[in-house]
Amino acid sequence: MDQSDKIVVQGVRYTYQDAPDAALCGVELSVHAGEFLAVLGHNGSGKSTLAKLMNALYVPAEGHIWVVGMDTRDDALVYDIRQHAGMVFQNPDNQLVATVVEEDVAFGMENIGVPPAQMRIRVDEALRAVNMQDFRTAAPHMLSGGQKQRVAIAGVLAMQPDVIILDESTAMLDPAGRREVLQTVRRLQREEGITIVWITHYMDEAAQADRVIVMNEGQIALSGTPREVFPQVERLRELRLDVPPMTELAHDLAAAGVPVRADVLTVEEMVEEVCRLSSKT
Amino acid sequence: MSIVIENLTHTYMPGSPFQATAIHGVSLTIRDGEFIGLIGHTGSGKSTLIQHLNGLLRPSSGRVLIDGKDLFAKDTDKREVRRKVGLVFQYPENQLFEETVAADIAFGPKNLGLSPEEVDARVRDACAQVHLDYETFKDRSVFELSGGQMRRAAIAGVLAMQPQTLILDEPCAGLDPRGRDEILGLVRELQRTRGTTVVMVSHSMDDVASLVSRVIVMNRGQIAMDGTPREIFRQGEALRAMGLDVPEAARLAARLREKGFDVPEDAYLHGELLEAIKRIVGGAHA
Amino acid sequence: MLKNITLGQYYPGHSPVHRMDPRMKIYLTIAYIVAVFLVKDLLGYALAFLFLLFMARVAQINLGFLMRGIKALRVIVAFTFIINLFFSTGDTPLLSWGILRITREGLQNAVYFSLRLIFLVMGTSMLTLTTSPVVLTDGLERMMRPLARVHFPAHELAMMMTIALRFIPTLLEEADKIMKAQMARGADFESGNLLARARAMVPLLVPLFVGAFRRATELAMAMEARCYRGGAHRTRMRELGYTRLDFAALGVMAAFIALIVAQGAFVHVGL
Repeated sequence: MDQSDKIVVQGVRYTYQDAPDAALCGVELSVHAGEFLAVLGHNGSGKSTLAKLMNALYVPAEGHIWVVGMDTRDDALVYDIRQHAGMVFQNPDNQLVATVVEEDVAFGMENIGVPPAQMRIRVDEALRAVNMQDFRTAAPHMLSGGQKQRVAIAGVLAMQPDVIILDESTAMLDPAGRREVLQTVRRLQREEGITIVWITHYMDEAAQADRVIVMNEGQIALSGTPREVFPQVERLRELRLDVPPMTELAHDLAAAGVPVRADVLTVEEMVEEVCRLSSKT
Repeated sequence: MSIVIENLTHTYMPGSPFQATAIHGVSLTIRDGEFIGLIGHTGSGKSTLIQHLNGLLRPSSGRVLIDGKDLFAKDTDKREVRRKVGLVFQYPENQLFEETVAADIAFGPKNLGLSPEEVDARVRDACAQVHLDYETFKDRSVFELSGGQMRRAAIAGVLAMQPQTLILDEPCAGLDPRGRDEILGLVRELQRTRGTTVVMVSHSMDDVASLVSRVIVMNRGQIAMDGTPREIFRQGEALRAMGLDVPEAARLAARLREKGFDVPEDAYLHGELLEAIKRIVGGAHA
Repeated sequence: MLKNITLGQYYPGHSPVHRMDPRMKIYLTIAYIVAVFLVKDLLGYALAFLFLLFMARVAQINLGFLMRGIKALRVIVAFTFIINLFFSTGDTPLLSWGILRITREGLQNAVYFSLRLIFLVMGTSMLTLTTSPVVLTDGLERMMRPLARVHFPAHELAMMMTIALRFIPTLLEEADKIMKAQMARGADFESGNLLARARAMVPLLVPLFVGAFRRATELAMAMEARCYRGGAHRTRMRELGYTRLDFAALGVMAAFIALIVAQGAFVHVGL
């Protein structure tokens, strides 16, 4: 185990009550400090279970998970773990507790007994970090989906976590909301050095990660940088995932005998490739 | 069946401090058998517009004509309109309530006062249309289904009304790629084999691009663009100004043209770009 | 758009009354209720009316808003009036009509009881009009805090109220959507007799409850993930504290009660 890894998952197995099959079987994973890790997979692939194990909401039946060196099986550490590895959920409506934005941001800190004066400062900082300071006194139900998710992120941020786990936090948002949330999280990763575990089934979001793992039937099926993973077009389709449109185009061009690079991800890269290939006479 | 919307305006909570005009002076004709993609960002007025098409909302001003008849005339039977124009709301699985899948799908036909035999026939037919095997699913509890199955069962509940026009509000929201492909597939099938007129509200240009015959773009409560996908997607700049994305293939086409390559101005499909690039690169190789 | 409705009858503002500590407002409302019960005659009610007028001015609230609460209760007020008018015992008959008999005492009771009800409603409206439900919950929680020592679930009650306030707009919006979705499937919520209408609510209520349970489960998990573990160990960001404003209000209320008591003892103007 690398000491600098924020989360280490070792031989983890987890089965839901009343479920015949294990949701996770034998997962091995290290989340490195400061990285942006995307976890892909279709519904039921186990990615959400993995997220909840990282926050000690579930405890593995077999194996261990260490969050910043703390074993999630140790009951005494549960609240420390949840403070260090904050979680943002899918439904923006069902995770805000208070009737006023700033009070919701304070909710987590109130639970761990932060002194009021310090709370005030941290709430303001967190709201600024997600660019929601103008909505300090708004009621959550008046906000857009993307804004609600940013408030949820602020609530986690105020706990000064090492890792933020986002469990399909963009699945219910419109494109503008998705962009807002992704940009916010990427900025936190770059500027504050917060480690991000981003669970999604949107390939364009995963394309922005440092590293991608693809879950299937409770196991890690693929892992690597987006550039390593996405060109495996056939394999991704087998795993019931989309292929980014430009990667798919490159794949089909290659199949037609055009010597294009296989790891094209974006429109700009495809333009470059076409320029390169067409000037070659 | 034709739907004509004339100069439609809708204001929520008029006269209160929360008064808000959601759509403003919209005129539109939906012709028989069309497959329309209705695009716009949140708050552009799409949801308000579609709720007028089966009389769930009453226009503040303007008219909705179904086969030439005013939807809000005194002698118009609203139920008859709702039978003709089916509306599938966003996250339709949230409306499931009966104990079994079959009973839930039967809710609509029963409300129409059909005979038990006819109701049963419709339930079977609707199940087939959404690819839920009747025998397997009829007695299952709606709450035991997977997310994608629940969504399809809910859509079947509207299809069992046998609407001539089907409106779907973000039918793929929250589904994973496979769930999305299933829904899009069955909507396409329905439109092709039954000739149902379909209006699909979507945020996703990529979902709409390869399916629809007509795209209507709404912005700030008005219709900003109306045309074939080809006509719409070439206006990348204008779409982006409205906070909308263009399919990646259309963006690639635009970028390649800027670089001086010979790409048809209105290309937006995967296949078209594939051919164009093969030609460009092939030419260079020759 | 249903989400825009304001909950309760809070009338947003920044008047001195709005800015008071919610606990003081609750205590003073109780004091006011006692004072109204001390009023014995028309002059007393006239004084109480002047007091309310003064308070409405300070709170920058239109008198019409105070009246609104009575409008909702007009049936009860009328009922109180009629019951007292006809069924009070007394021996100074004013009018009699068959078995119905109106006595002087009956008329007196009818007028006073109805006035008392009206003044109670107007006074307590003052509290709810100037205090948002959130702040009110806060105040109640602080007031009940000492009761935690005798195992009274003060924190839990307050948390439940907060969550209810947070989710009522969401659930209202959802109810509106489900209702429309069922109407699109031919449901009819408006016609038929009482039984038919009650049965028509099933397709609305079942999904609404199922949805509420789903939300509750998800919310519980989200709260757990944010280190929630009940009221122990908790601190609050917004601590309440009495200011000069609250003591000034206390003084005003004391003066009002003294006035009412003195008037009741020395001057009597009644029916």
